[in-house]
Amino acid sequence: MEPLDHLFRRESGRMVAALTRIFGVDHLALAEDVVQEALCRALETWKVHGTPDHPRAWLMATAKNCALDALRRERTARTFAPEVARFLDEEQSIDELLGGAAMASDQLRMMFSCCNPRISEEAQVALVLHILCGFSVGEVASAFLSNEETIKKRITRAKAVLAGSKRLFELTDADFAARLSSVQRALYLLFNEGYHGASAESAVREELCDEAMRLSSLLCEHALTAMPASYALLALMCLHAARLPARLDAAGDFTLLLDQDRSRWNRELVAEGQRLMDLSATGPELTAYHVEAGIASLHAAAAHPDDTPWETIVSLYDVLMRIRPSPVVALNRALAIAQRDGAERGLEEVHGLADRERLKDYPFYWAALGELELRRGKMDRAREHFLAALVLARNPTERRLLERRIADCRPPAAGDAR
Amino acid sequence: MAQFVFLYRRGQNAPASPAQMQARMERWQAWFKDLAAKGHLKDRGLPLELTGAVATKKNITDGPYAEKDLVMGYSLIEARDLAHASELSTGCPIIADDSGSVEVRPVMNM
Repeated sequence: MEPLDHLFRRESGRMVAALTRIFGVDHLALAEDVVQEALCRALETWKVHGTPDHPRAWLMATAKNCALDALRRERTARTFAPEVARFLDEEQSIDELLGGAAMASDQLRMMFSCCNPRISEEAQVALVLHILCGFSVGEVASAFLSNEETIKKRITRAKAVLAGSKRLFELTDADFAARLSSVQRALYLLFNEGYHGASAESAVREELCDEAMRLSSLLCEHALTAMPASYALLALMCLHAARLPARLDAAGDFTLLLDQDRSRWNRELVAEGQRLMDLSATGPELTAYHVEAGIASLHAAAAHPDDTPWETIVSLYDVLMRIRPSPVVALNRALAIAQRDGAERGLEEVHGLADRERLKDYPFYWAALGELELRRGKMDRAREHFLAALVLARNPTERRLLERRIADCRPPAAGDAR
Repeated sequence: MAQFVFLYRRGQNAPASPAQMQARMERWQAWFKDLAAKGHLKDRGLPLELTGAVATKKNITDGPYAEKDLVMGYSLIEARDLAHASELSTGCPIIADDSGSVEVRPVMNM
């Protein structure tokens, strides 16, 4: 059997976006029902007859028929957007409305609609996952290790905001440029949730990374959204995703960047990331995505950890601290300084962090302290820090990594209380 | 070898996410593939629409519109005997996925 590679989930997102453009955003629920029905029909017939040769075309044609039936049933058909009349009347225009190029821009419009300034950032990300990536509310909740009821409320509220706008976002609108950065931010958060997030299941996490990359590729394919920052965003995703095979081993255990088997990095993704970085290097704007991609590409180019140009990396973190400062960026900068100047200097930096308080619940803050103490031979202190990190670990993968580190700190000498 | 008809009856029909639907579909395909490989699948049959009509002496009504136990499709199976056919039916995904059932009916000998 050919692998269908998330076909149902992804087509669900594509079809909802296309139908929503035709029906209007205020009929989002109708579009979702129609798509659900089309997927049910696919399930019932494909399970017996097998998957058709062109499953996407089959699904789209079925969705079209389901949509026509739904429209005929709906008394309100006349109040729909003008496209709906065309949809009902002319067979030909339907294919035009649901054609490949239109589908891609429908997904973009849907993305921009979801990233409405009246919707909170976390709700934007949940909405993108739910509508564009076809995750159920329960699946969104498990991806974010959140409670289903919370996510349901968040999505319902966000949908109400969407429905208030009647039409999908117009890509030609004057305020489109202003919203592009929100869309990029949402996709960046989605990727990070998959890459660094707290979710326990590694399979779900990689799916989030894949989805963020797929949607970012859409930004890079459309003339209006293919801005330097969009290229930089996708570049940084490619360069990070390239490390995934070495980051988690077969048992699902974490390996830190400097300990990774670099021969297992995905060279194609590295090359793609470098190519996108070249495309991003135009125009006057230097975004955090540019800088993060720059750091990732320096790591990717180093065949061995000792080849890493720490001096340049520290200076890139300095830039990042100017344009998008955060406690985590500051911590990473301190670790780069430790690589450049030694563990003692790194510890000074960490202890001098302005926002140290905000890192107290972050397991990798304590793990970083542990690493640096371990490196300068202070086993007892290292062990204490790793134990503090272990208490905060958010999933079994993090816990196993920290337990291995604790084992690396030789057992304390006899008589030592801890 | 004797012949049996499997009637697939719907269960709770709980709403499923797209990914879950795809997984169900793939489980069915794998189940049919296994039956066919072992020479039990005489005819995989056809899926049925949820709608239809019911004709009686009095009239013809729309329906059957049953919430549960609606026949969703059928297959023609070859097995040694009823016990063997029933054994084969237990692997049908409709049982685990939808809390549905498989009705196993021997075909009458001519």
